[in-house]
Amino acid sequence: MTDFADSFTSSLDTPKPAGDKELQEFLMVEKQKAQFNAQIHEFNDFCWEKCVDKPGSKLDSKTETCLTNCVDRFIDVSLLITNRFAQLLQKSVS
Amino acid sequence: MDSLPAGLSSAQKDELMDQVKQQIAVANAQELLTKMTEKCFKKCISKPGTSLDSSEQKCVAMCMDRYMDSWNLISRAYSQRIERERHRM
Repeated sequence: MTDFADSFTSSLDTPKPAGDKELQEFLMVEKQKAQFNAQIHEFNDFCWEKCVDKPGSKLDSKTETCLTNCVDRFIDVSLLITNRFAQLLQKSVS
Repeated sequence: MDSLPAGLSSAQKDELMDQVKQQIAVANAQELLTKMTEKCFKKCISKPGTSLDSSEQKCVAMCMDRYMDSWNLISRAYSQRIERERHRM
């Protein structure tokens, strides 16, 4: 992660005051955390619709399993589609 | 970029970082509130009456708690998945 940040900052405008680098790294980390949170909001939005029927006094184990599976299967689908799309692109180029 | 003051004092930097963190936290809470309101209204108020009756209020309270449980569960599931994918690379 820091490697990427380093290469990114050094390739843009080279000599930076030392303080800027610290700030940039801080912002990079905060940005990642914010993206992670945004992703959870999105997952929770549609997995809630799929898995939670009537909210009870606690999440039952069936609902918990459904929510966990919902996240994992969504990521599976996302990876599958990304890979297949890349293959299609490659085929159309060659 | 170059017009920025060349060096912020470390106190100024701390303040800036705190502000950034706080603004992100506020935005996150707002997002959660909006989503919860939308979801729990949908789940608990099937026919809007002249007031929120007590069963609707109970349902909304319970729905809020479960929505946050669900948020935390998904957060854990997502970080575990990221961890697993990282190991595979």
